[in-house]
Formats: sequence, C-alpha cells, structure tokens
Amino acid sequence: MIMLEKRPQPSQAWTFATPILAVLLTMFCGGLLFAALGQNPFVTIRTIFLDPLFSEFAWFYRPQLLIKGAPLVLIAIGLSFGFRAGIWNIGAEGQYVVGAICGAAVGLAFYPLESFIIFPLMIIAGALGGLLWAMIPGLLRVRFGTNEILVSLMLVYVAEQLLASMALGALRNPDGMGFPGSRNLSQYPSAANLEIISGSGMHWGVLTAFLAVICAYVALSRHIFGFNVRLSGQSPRAARFAGVNPSALVLICMGISGALAGLAGLFEVAGPAGQISIDFNVGYGFTAIIVAFLGRLHPVGILLAGGLMALTYIGGEIAQSNLGLPIAAIQILQGMLLFFLLAVDVLTNYRVAWQRVAA
Amino acid sequence: MDLSSINPILLLASLMVAATPIILAAIGELVVERAGVLNLGVEGMMITGAICGFVVAVNTGSPWLGFLGAAIGGALLSVIFGVLTQILLSNQVATGLALTLFGLGLSALMGQGYIGIKAPSFPDWHIPLLGDIPVIGPIVFQHDPMVYVGLFIVAGVWAFLRYSRAGLILRAVGENHEAAHALGYHVVRVRILAIMFGGACAGLGGAYLSLVRVPQWTEGMTAGAGWIALAIVVFASWRPGRLLLGAYLFGGVTVLQLNLQAAGAAIAVEYLSMAPYLATIAVLVIMRAGRAPGSLGQSFHASR
Repeated sequence: MIMLEKRPQPSQAWTFATPILAVLLTMFCGGLLFAALGQNPFVTIRTIFLDPLFSEFAWFYRPQLLIKGAPLVLIAIGLSFGFRAGIWNIGAEGQYVVGAICGAAVGLAFYPLESFIIFPLMIIAGALGGLLWAMIPGLLRVRFGTNEILVSLMLVYVAEQLLASMALGALRNPDGMGFPGSRNLSQYPSAANLEIISGSGMHWGVLTAFLAVICAYVALSRHIFGFNVRLSGQSPRAARFAGVNPSALVLICMGISGALAGLAGLFEVAGPAGQISIDFNVGYGFTAIIVAFLGRLHPVGILLAGGLMALTYIGGEIAQSNLGLPIAAIQILQGMLLFFLLAVDVLTNYRVAWQRVAA
Repeated sequence: MDLSSINPILLLASLMVAATPIILAAIGELVVERAGVLNLGVEGMMITGAICGFVVAVNTGSPWLGFLGAAIGGALLSVIFGVLTQILLSNQVATGLALTLFGLGLSALMGQGYIGIKAPSFPDWHIPLLGDIPVIGPIVFQHDPMVYVGLFIVAGVWAFLRYSRAGLILRAVGENHEAAHALGYHVVRVRILAIMFGGACAGLGGAYLSLVRVPQWTEGMTAGAGWIALAIVVFASWRPGRLLLGAYLFGGVTVLQLNLQAAGAAIAVEYLSMAPYLATIAVLVIMRAGRAPGSLGQSFHASR
C-alpha cells in the first residue's frame, strides 16, 4: 500500500523539480484536452510553448513576452510577501484596475500640457491608488478581524464597476464622439509609457518588474523584514515572541502587493492598453496568483514563472488565430498547471513509501 | 425617480428568488466548513454547475434533469479539490483558488455552442390554498420548486447537524480532527463526502442562475455569487438558521438596487451595481463572526 511519510525537512531537490514536473504533466494533460477538442496535440503544444520563441515570426512575439510578463511578475512579487506570511490578498485584479484609473486620471488632468514631470506623477498616483485600495481589506482585517480574502475579492467587483463608470463618465474622451473609453495615453507623449529601447517591448513597467525582483530578493534573503515575513508564515507564535507586530505585517504586506499591482495597472494603461476602457482588465491579477505559486513564492522563481505564463498567453493567441483553439482552453491549461503544481508539491514535504498492510 | 413604481409585494417575492442561488451554494459550503475544510472554489463549482445544468436542460428539455446534471457536475469538480487537499495534502486556500480559475475556464469552453439559447421554461408552482392567502401568498407560496428545494436542504442540514449521529461525527471531524481520528472515525472519508455535498449544492445554485434567474448562459455569469456565498457562511457563524437571514438580506439588497435601476434613480447604474458587494463587506465588518470550526483549513495527515 502507498503511504506518505512526513520528511523531517522539505526536500531541496523536489523544491526545484516539482514546478518542472508540474509543467510537464500540464503539457501531457493539456495535449489530451486538445486532442479531445479535435486538435493535433503535438502541433498545439508546440504552437503554445515553442512558436512564440522560435517560429519565423518570433521577432514579433518576443517583445510581447516582456509586455505580457511584466504585469504578471510585478503583481506576483507583491503577492508573494503576503502569501509567505499567510496574508491572502486575492484582489490584486481590483488594485490593478484602481491603480490604472488613478494614474490615468492624473495624466488626463494635465492634457494637453507637455512636461517631463507628468509621467512620474502618474506612476506615484498609480502606486498610491493600488495601495489605498489594498488598505481597505488590510485595515478591516487589522481593526475588525474581517477576512481579507473575501473583502479583497468583493472589491474586485466594485473596482470593475468603478472602471465602467469612469470609462463611460468622468474619464471619457471628450473628443471621442460619445464612445466609451478615455483619451489614448500612448499618443500623449508626456503621459505615454514608451519603450526604452524601441522595438524591444522593454517599457518602463518591464524595468520596474526587474527592479522589483531584485528588491524582493534582497528583502527576503538579506533583510530583517524578509525574515519576519518568513517567520510569520512558518510559525505565527514564534514570530510574536520574536517581537513581530502582526497588524503592521498585514498592512505592510497588503500595501506592497497593492502598490505593485497599482503600478502594473498604470504601466499597462499608459502603454500597451493605451486607454481606460470597460474591458481594460484581462485577469492579470488572478493569473499572477498562479505565477506566485509556480515560482514557489521566490523572486527568481516568479520571474521564470511569469515568463512561462506570458508564453502561454501569447502561444494561446497564436493557437487561437492559426488553429482555431478556443481561448478558454488556455484558461483551463493555466488552472491545470496550478492543480498539478499543488498536487506534486506533496513530494517536497512527504516521502512516498511502499508498505505492506499489517495483517 | 419614481419610487411608487416599486411594488413592495413583488419586491419581497423576488427577494426570495434572488437569495436562492446564494442559499444553495452557502448551505453546501457550510457543511464543508463544519467538516473543517475551507473550499474557496465555490465560484468555480457554481459556474460549472450553471453550464452543466444548462447543457443538460437544453438537450433533454427537462429543467429537473438539468439540475441533476448540475449537481453531478459540481460534485465531480469538487472531487478534484477533495483529492488534492485531503489525499495530497495541498494548501486549501491555493487549491480553492485553482478550482475557481479552472472552473471559469472549463465552463467557458463547455458553453461555447450555448450562447444566446434560451433555457426550457421552469414554471412557478402555485401552491393551492397557501398561495391564495393575500400578501403572504404571492410573497412566499408562488415560486418555482427550486426555491422550496433550497429551503428544504437548509432545514435538512440543520436537522442533520443537530440531531443525527452522522452530523455529530462530521462536527467532531471539523472541531478536532486528531481527536476524531483517535476515536476511529475516517477523517478523510468524512471530509471528501462533505466536499462532494458542497460541490453538488454549489452546482445547484449555479444552475438556478442559468436555468431560472437569467435564464440564459453567458460566460462568467455567476459574477461573484460564489464568493458572496462564502461570506454569508462566515456571517452565519456556521449556523444554518442565520445563513437564511444573511442570504435574504443579500437578496434584498440585490433586488432593491435592481428596482432602483429600473425606477431611474439619480445614482449611476454602475454605483448601484456595487451595492451587493459593498453590502457584503459591510455585513462582514459589522457582524462579529462566531467561533469557526476548530480544524478549519488545516490539513490532516494520520502520521504514526
């Protein structure tokens, strides 16, 4: 009979092996799913995972990898602090939307003035917007003990309604002939999130994402804050004895994740998306949760996981246009990846042992 | 704004209908949490139930078979959660989220050929005698059968938890799984059964949306109803009676804001649509939650 034996310490080797195993299992089961949908599984898997990098049109897709990966990495880095400490901010999608609204509003307020100060001000507004939106569940948890999972999630739906109201009302383009949606920020030089190196996809958000990875790495491995976060997650009691203030930790972790999600929203609205519109948000805030877990809540892991997830987005779009694969299949593939990751994670903490059933 | 266009009897009657999907999903989750498991995948199971029920009902022409299919669909999806959290000991919060993301994708894929079709009609019951009582009759006794099925399940769960031996075992498993294990109860088996019941109920709740309340299939149509159900369970302090209260309160806010929209209130539609979510947050803040089941959210591994 198969038994699970708890390991004295989590296995180092499996910590690295499980994400790879999970990706392979997902490719296998994804292949079965695509076959069931009447596609050639090998062609589909190749289209999703390899074509964005190595096909003849890869020069077009590689910049996309940075553009799609940056918000995912940025949000996931923020979430990873809270997740390590047992603080579950599930509403990054809402903070992303509010960050975008605040940042765009600041930019639009200056239109048509041109000044170098506008874009930095927008960045600050975006980060603050996300931070304040995340403070709502944070403060409610600290003050009233409400569940931050539920509150942050409810606020996603509130933020989506706010977005709709902004796109139709306050931020609507006055020259847009009544169509919903704001002015296009990417055509307003002072407010545009331009590419730092033309044609590379490397905009300011990508740079910020890389910076966030480095800062998070230093904070987690070299700073007392990172130690406190890890301690609180592994043993809340020990953390309290060590003098960690749990309320402050909740607020800081929610604040970091909110601010980074807000930044991601701002860079998206000022760059690739260009404008506030009703369907501005595409679920980066939720996919970032998968990215954070796939990267084992480690900054470098998150960077790699963000790249992989961006790959499935782009590959999914290619498969949709070339093979007619429904985009929902990619969503299933991403959900499956998280399932397999959680499933094979058992190998990190437990040893599989074969035992005869005692008579 | 024309407030006189809002008919209080119709308002209260539609309140019962609006609360039903939440009641169904929440009562299932209540049983799951009383067994010590936190399944955050209610939204995913609901939407999967919504499309399963819709597909079966459209193809067979029978809403009843649709509801059966929805319950089976929801339960099957919840088995994934059960295996991962109970046998492979994965983190319940993360697995529940994965279930929601997966369910949203799965339902979108399954529902591709079903957009824009109308569900077979599910006529209201006009209960003889009771339905003829003035005022109370139209409010309480003239609904479709699923409204009463929902109430019946709540009453059944209440009696099961309070009076039955199996209910006592389920509560013991939820309060202290080590002790329940020491007494010889199968913690994992009890929990997986509870999870499947929760999945089936969430499926019914989803199907109520796609077959009765809307009645159509659109992607993402549950729009947070599963999360609201989770909040209602906390609000109810894990007790079936208060769960009804919470669900009707929520149903009231939903119906009222819809009526205000129709009556042409001075507030923009978007802000009125926020009301149910804001009300849920307010309720979570104001109501001190009771004590959660002792082993809620913890993995159980029978080590020796």
